[in-house]
Amino acid sequence: MASRWVKSPFPKGTYYFSGNEAAAEGAIAAGCRFYAGYPITPSSELMERMAVRLNEIGGVFIQMEDEIASISAVIGASWAGARAMTATSGPGFSLMQESIGYAAFTETPCVIIDVQRAGPCTGQATKVGSGDIMQAKWGSHGDYQVIALSPWSSQEMYDLTLRAFNLSEQYRVPAMVMADEAIGHLRETIRVAAKVEVWDRKKKKGGAPFDIEGEDGVPPMPSFGEGERLSVTGSTHDAYGFRKTDDPKAHARLVERINKKILNHKRSIIETEDYLLEDAEMAVVAYGFTARTSLYAVKRMRKDGTKVGMLRLKTLWPFPDEAVAEIGKKVKKIIVPEMNLGQVAGEVKKYVPCDVISLSQTNGEVIQPDTIMEMLRKI
Amino acid sequence: MVRALEKYIRPGVKSTPFCPGCGHGILMGLILRAIDDLKMDMKKMLFVSGIGCAAWIPSPHYNGDTLHTLHGRALAFATGAKLYNPDLCVMVVSGDGDLSSIGGNHLIHAARRDIDLKVICANNMIYGMTGGQAASTTPRGSKTSTTGEGNPYRPFDLCKLVEGAGATYVSRFSVTQPISLIQSIKKALLHKGFSFIEALSPCPTQFGRRNLLERPEDMIKDLIRRCILEEEAEGLTEEERAEKIITGEFLS
Ligand SMILES: Cc1ncc(C[n+]2csc(CCOP(=O)(O)OP(=O)(O)O)c2C)c(N)n1
Ligand code: SF4
Ligand SMILES: [Mg+2]
Repeated sequence: MASRWVKSPFPKGTYYFSGNEAAAEGAIAAGCRFYAGYPITPSSELMERMAVRLNEIGGVFIQMEDEIASISAVIGASWAGARAMTATSGPGFSLMQESIGYAAFTETPCVIIDVQRAGPCTGQATKVGSGDIMQAKWGSHGDYQVIALSPWSSQEMYDLTLRAFNLSEQYRVPAMVMADEAIGHLRETIRVAAKVEVWDRKKKKGGAPFDIEGEDGVPPMPSFGEGERLSVTGSTHDAYGFRKTDDPKAHARLVERINKKILNHKRSIIETEDYLLEDAEMAVVAYGFTARTSLYAVKRMRKDGTKVGMLRLKTLWPFPDEAVAEIGKKVKKIIVPEMNLGQVAGEVKKYVPCDVISLSQTNGEVIQPDTIMEMLRKI
Repeated sequence: MVRALEKYIRPGVKSTPFCPGCGHGILMGLILRAIDDLKMDMKKMLFVSGIGCAAWIPSPHYNGDTLHTLHGRALAFATGAKLYNPDLCVMVVSGDGDLSSIGGNHLIHAARRDIDLKVICANNMIYGMTGGQAASTTPRGSKTSTTGEGNPYRPFDLCKLVEGAGATYVSRFSVTQPISLIQSIKKALLHKGFSFIEALSPCPTQFGRRNLLERPEDMIKDLIRRCILEEEAEGLTEEERAEKIITGEFLS
């Protein structure tokens, strides 16, 4: 397994993109050459751009009959050798869950971008939300890991989509970009470097594709048609893909490995950012669009002399437990503003001894800095 | 399985999982005979299946690439693989419940797109694997574990369904018509476009014993008696016809 540097899809410079467009370009930069999807607000522009771009560069684009078919086609294409992706929003993300579990269990690299909207159900299709965070981790049945990243700008729609592909290929795991409507539709300039680093999946002729001793726990992955006579199954399987549906050891071993290969590497997967935390007595833990308004609120409060800082979660899964625990040791109070009823706040509580206050808002609107400042003043 | 076909079986595979008298085992051999006749390169063949007894026909038994997917989704997975690597010869082998009940939407859309997939639907008119519940292919009046009084609904005519949806090769044969079935599989393998073969395959365990066909051979005899060609149906009365299953190549 190795990385290489390849030319960006654009000459080095700055470009003006919506988040959804930037994500499409990040995917192209990462080498994505297969997209299957089904239209849904607020993610559709991403799909439309992929349709144009993949046509231009000779990739494969297909509009499927639904989201179950979309993610399933992505998995099929991934085994055929593609860097493959789909994008959706809440209702489609719900439909994809069984296949996401399949991808996790068969260790299939694939990228899913969820441009979250206000749920549950059809909810408010054009309004913002971030209610799918727990679903990203727990949406399919059984114990498995995924990687989920949380962009806060158009720039990061580009960067983190690229990173999602790299992590997905490197660890053979579904990787998600948990965007939201506000980020998807936000237009701003992004910087594109001349070259980007891309990771290739591990290859080893004759190597067992579904087990590996030691190393990083990630077996090599051949593609269909390479003469490896692959046996891929979503049933419990041994190193060569033979079904082991009655063998307790085989099941325990496989479940343990697909979890450990991610958790053992969480330090290289997880990214967080600290803002004004050195002497902070209070901290805001935020992610996605909410981290923008939170940072604004934190800076304003600092001007008034309040010792408050912010921890931004760029990675949501695996959860940044160590970074959160570190903050928990320093501050007396943590507030977690989010556009759901406390999904990440609950997670933060697991790792800190101090007070954690959930600032929830589920009205289809972004959380304003004033709301956050008001809460900071109150506590 | 005859010795000559052993080279198509994945090393390490010992026995099939099917019940004695199951038609799926016969179909498993017939597909390999078609592949052998055409000297297909197994290294370029991808077999995709869903979930059910029929989905075990290729996986893990066939010695090419096999992709055993989720219940109903085989065609969607196959679509992705074929579109990304058109050099693969992609065959989908799965059950009636898998392909036409839970997977019905994928079936009509794959047919509509006319992507080069060779689909063999092993139709036993029931959900074999889960204990004999009614499928979208269960004949009206047939007893299943969820239609104790007889199925009140009409079954799909799968061949008409996929033909209407846009498939470009369509046939129906029973495993009791092995020569015709092999010929048809060969045609599908050579056809460029969406090919669909409905292969009638008896399930003595779940269908037969509930429907007065106690022993496996009763089911075989019943299929031999009922499966006729289109031209043979011409002289029959409405009543005589109702009981028959019309087999043949409907679109090629
Ligand atoms: C989503 C989902 N629902 C239900 C099942 C349970 N299930 C497994 S096989 C099957 C029916 C298979 O019937 P068919 O495709 O006709 O194959 P057969 O066993 O008859 O050959 C069902 C309902 C499942 N595996 N997944
Ligand atoms: S239950 Fe029916 S379909 Fe399944 S193996 Fe037994 S006979 Fe065949
Ligand atoms: Mg069946």
